Amino acid sequence: MKLLVCISQTPDTTAKISFNADGTEFNPAGVQFIMNPYDEWYALVRACELREALGGTVVALNVGPAANETTIRKALAIGADEAVRINADPQGAAFVAKQIAEYARGEQFDIIFFGKETIDYNGSEVGAMVAEYLDLPFVSYASKLDLNGNTATLERDIEGGVEVLEVDIPFVVSAAKGMAEQRIPNMRGIMTARTKPLKEVQPVAFEDQAKAVQFTLPPAKAGVKLVEPDNMTELVRLLHEEAKVI
Amino acid sequence: MVLVFAESPRGNLKKAAFEAVTYGKKVADLLGTTCVALTLGKADNAGELGRYGASRVLNATGAALDHFDSQTYAVTIAEVAKGNNASVVIVSHTSTGKSLAGRLAVRLDAGLVSGVNMLPVTDGGKLKVKKSVFSGKAIAEFEISSAVKVLSLLGNAVKPESSGNPVAVETVAAAASNGRIRVKEVRTQEGRVPLPEAEIVVSAGRGMKDPGNWGIVEDLAETLGATTACSRPVADSDWRPHHEHVGQTGIAIRPNLYIAIGISGAIQHLAGVNNSKVIVVINKDPEAPFFKAADYGVVGDLFEVVPRLNEAFKAFKAAN
Ligand SMILES: Cc1cc2nc3c(=O)[nH]c(=O)nc-3n(C[C@H](O)[C@H](O)[C@H](O)COP(=O)(O)OP(=O)(O)OC[C@H]3O[C@@H](n4cnc5c(N)ncnc54)[C@H](O)[C@@H]3O)c2cc1C
Ligand SMILES: Nc1ncnc2c1ncn2[C@@H]1O[C@H](COP(=O)(O)O)[C@@H](O)[C@H]1O
Repeated sequence: MKLLVCISQTPDTTAKISFNADGTEFNPAGVQFIMNPYDEWYALVRACELREALGGTVVALNVGPAANETTIRKALAIGADEAVRINADPQGAAFVAKQIAEYARGEQFDIIFFGKETIDYNGSEVGAMVAEYLDLPFVSYASKLDLNGNTATLERDIEGGVEVLEVDIPFVVSAAKGMAEQRIPNMRGIMTARTKPLKEVQPVAFEDQAKAVQFTLPPAKAGVKLVEPDNMTELVRLLHEEAKVI
Repeated sequence: MVLVFAESPRGNLKKAAFEAVTYGKKVADLLGTTCVALTLGKADNAGELGRYGASRVLNATGAALDHFDSQTYAVTIAEVAKGNNASVVIVSHTSTGKSLAGRLAVRLDAGLVSGVNMLPVTDGGKLKVKKSVFSGKAIAEFEISSAVKVLSLLGNAVKPESSGNPVAVETVAAAASNGRIRVKEVRTQEGRVPLPEAEIVVSAGRGMKDPGNWGIVEDLAETLGATTACSRPVADSDWRPHHEHVGQTGIAIRPNLYIAIGISGAIQHLAGVNNSKVIVVINKDPEAPFFKAADYGVVGDLFEVVPRLNEAFKAFKAAN
């Protein structure tokens, strides 16, 4: 089994989000960065479980600057065997997808794992793009992945239900809740992560055709309007007449 | 022209399809062109999309399109887009659309913005369009500079508007493709509208104390024709099914009305619901963080307040 897990680094959910004065760039000052939860908890852990059961190698890949190495080492501590960092500012989804596809093209991975989406731009874009570049099947939002020989059985979250499907390796998958249980890296994992290989690869030239040009903060809520607990008729009236949602 | 892929899961056009065509028509008007809808596989009453603004409705069928495979679907949509010189391709930001949008962008050498919730504006040959980012904590405006542009539209972002007439459905060829996914089974939850599509959501958290207490929540949802949801610890302790879990790790929703009962309003929960149009919070703790994100609040014991609210809604329904 040769498994690739694409990991991204995102601001922690609790981080206060701000931008530079003219709103053209994200301001990273004081922001705590984490591994994107879907990549860490589900994609990476499931890949490690498959490697443990079937043998092989798990490669963790990040497109990002050298500062991301703390996050990459965490992936190694959780269980990836080796890591690759494509040395570039991850400008946009299309740029990132192009870099991942170019790297993966020559490597013959059996399964390429993604998280279902990143919690910063919430795009759900990269996985499908990589699958298209590599002409591979893509199963998005998979909450279950079992492998039997060369055939995988997956469950995929769809609106109001679950789809059960089969596909042969190689394929691309994005992981949702349910695929695995989060793992906390242990001391031994953290120690061995320091000596596992972390390769740096140079990016290929690519121009994003969709760029974030302006950021704004959402308008502040007007403030909560409190209704007395014994006057629910009033709440219903407000929802009907003022909010117009019923 | 603007090409809209209108989803018809299990043969039925859904709200997402009507929203996408309504949005597509508005984008077409903005660009001074027409809106064409494309359905794949079985699509009952596809001509109805004419009512929502499609000047033509196309349908491709074939064994390969009977179930969803992003590869097969993307090839056909891209061929239709190229054959008709589409300048914008629109899909819904659903499980289907999300698997397609990236593929279409690569195939059409197009810039993609996914999960848009507002109409774009034109800027020369470019389009500028906004979406919510950082789990609802900011809004980003994207500029798309490619000749062909792909957008995926967030659910509940536009209201379907039907003012036109149905049109005849034209059959188009399905492109040859090497789809390799074999769908074995589709399990759907019977009854209520799926959470991502629901206009009213009644959600409850650990304040409910025990799974046996959910009757009052179910009753309220029933009265409102709403879908039920829950916080993460509730799903994690198997008090409620996992597909009800909303928030950063569950699903993100944006209903017109979100009623949160006995939920504290942790940031990870808010991340999945703070784009709701109107939020009502019922909590006995006046300091609960959820009140800061709420439009209407009731400080009180949910076991008293929820049945009372249900009665008030019933009275309202009877009178209207
Ligand atoms: C990385 C990460 C991801 C997470 N993802 C999610 C997510 O996706 N979704 C999610 O929901 N959470 C998520 N969480 C958990 C989140 O931080 C909170 O712990 C969780 O949302 C709390 O659930 P709750 O509000 O139901 O319970 P509690 O925090 O226990 O709140 C219960 C509330 O009920 C009120 N209450 C109690 N009794 C009554 C009564 N009789 N009448 C009225 N009110 C009453 C209390 O005042 C309290 O506010 C995540 C956490 C982490 C760290
Ligand atoms: N900079 C990156 N490096 C490696 N993988 C990434 C990067 N950005 C996104 N990904 C992967 O793509 C998935 C989907 O991201 P997105 O399309 O941005 O929602 C993430 O869950 C990651 O698995």
